[in-house]
Amino acid sequence: MVHFFNILGIWLGAYFTLAIFSFLYKDNPFYKVAEQIFVGLSAGYWFIYTIYSILIPNLFNPLKADFGANWIKLVPAVLGVMMLLRLLPKGNWISRYPIAFSIGTTSGLAFMKFVKSDVIKQLTATMINPFAAGNWIDVIGQILLVVGTITGVIYFYFSKKHEGAFGTTAKIGIYFLMVSFGAAFGYTAMARISLLIGRLQFLLGDWLGIIPH
Amino acid sequence: MAEKKKQLDRRWIFLTIFLGVALPLILKIGLPISVSENVRNVYELVENTPPDSKVILSFDYDPASKPELHPMARAVVKQCFQKNLKIIFTALWPMGVQMASDIVDQLKDEFPNLKYGENYVNLGYKAGGMVTIQAMGRNLRAIFPQDMNGTSIDELPIMNGVNNFETIAFVISFSAGDPGIKQWVQVAHDTYKLKTSGGVTGVSAPAILPYVNEQKQLTGLIAGLKGAAEYEKLIRTLGTATSGMDAQSLAHLIIIVFILTANINFWIAKKKEKKK
Repeated sequence: MVHFFNILGIWLGAYFTLAIFSFLYKDNPFYKVAEQIFVGLSAGYWFIYTIYSILIPNLFNPLKADFGANWIKLVPAVLGVMMLLRLLPKGNWISRYPIAFSIGTTSGLAFMKFVKSDVIKQLTATMINPFAAGNWIDVIGQILLVVGTITGVIYFYFSKKHEGAFGTTAKIGIYFLMVSFGAAFGYTAMARISLLIGRLQFLLGDWLGIIPH
Repeated sequence: MAEKKKQLDRRWIFLTIFLGVALPLILKIGLPISVSENVRNVYELVENTPPDSKVILSFDYDPASKPELHPMARAVVKQCFQKNLKIIFTALWPMGVQMASDIVDQLKDEFPNLKYGENYVNLGYKAGGMVTIQAMGRNLRAIFPQDMNGTSIDELPIMNGVNNFETIAFVISFSAGDPGIKQWVQVAHDTYKLKTSGGVTGVSAPAILPYVNEQKQLTGLIAGLKGAAEYEKLIRTLGTATSGMDAQSLAHLIIIVFILTANINFWIAKKKEKKK
């Protein structure tokens, strides 16, 4: 029986993959049905998953086991219910309080972490002696790191007109930015092709058995 | 209208890319794969960790990123088992739990003596991202009192003495976004000084690479399918990442040819227009 469901799962997976791919030719009913089934299934799945993996283990079970020690968990539960009141036309203002609470708390918690990790540590990592590296490739790399960081930051300084030596430095910064955008595009292309490879490995391997899987 | 006529029907591009990916998967080319320093650093982090050390592998992705992250995660888990490291699986993404279980199931035949609760444990998913990691650093047992099956961690030998990050050798996050590797860097490394490393999707690699720096916020990084293929090479395992790299390279070549052709055509057209 398990074997039957495995095979059924693979055939359904193959059908929906091809149905979604068919959109590349043109919009069609197979694509539309597959898309809507995907959206509906995802919503239903996440709803049940949230109940079983968040609400039951983190709220209901602790309250049931020892209410006295865990009553504090009612606070986030109430905040959660208040957030759902957004659906009521007359009571939707109530949802602003939990939203404000969560945004404020998250900002407060994250602020110091970001300052430390993304500002101080990153700045410290750039304040290096480029010539201390072991070989000439690393030396060039570290010089580029320092020059790229400084010129890139200068490009984003808009309180002074970009002209003369300042303008030239900012222009060098643009080149570094363009290279980084190019690298980001390259990585994105690789990621998208990887997803296609994953689907084709499934179709050619698991479904058709042409390649080993 | 005349402009539109000059454009190639994009379905030809889709078909070419499709064939460029499918054919190398069937007819293997075997293009060479060179190992980058970033990937080697991750490998060496695992390799140089003493046997029986406890490590955290956080599965912070879902099936949408499986083609990229699953091969690298499988390679790292395999190396950890080979080195007799004790793995504590966690997940900041709900579906990460199943991703970790799937990899353990795949490796069970290769490591028949592995025992759940002794060699590895899956603590499951916990919502909260950065806050969860911070709380784990203070008191891991309070955040994960049970494993994913509901078994108390007091009953699991692997969890003996694990109260926070002090007894953990390193953490590796396989991350598809937020929450993920960024939060592990910000909290586990920058707050608790825990060695942190990981693997990310190609899309998020440029944003995470700056953490591989002189401060060693990240000890190496496996980026995308290429990084996964490099890792498979290091552990001498031919997996799905290695088999996908021929297709990846050919697809990139096709994209480059399309970009060059389009730009040359554009340049010629512009020149002709100027002459007129």
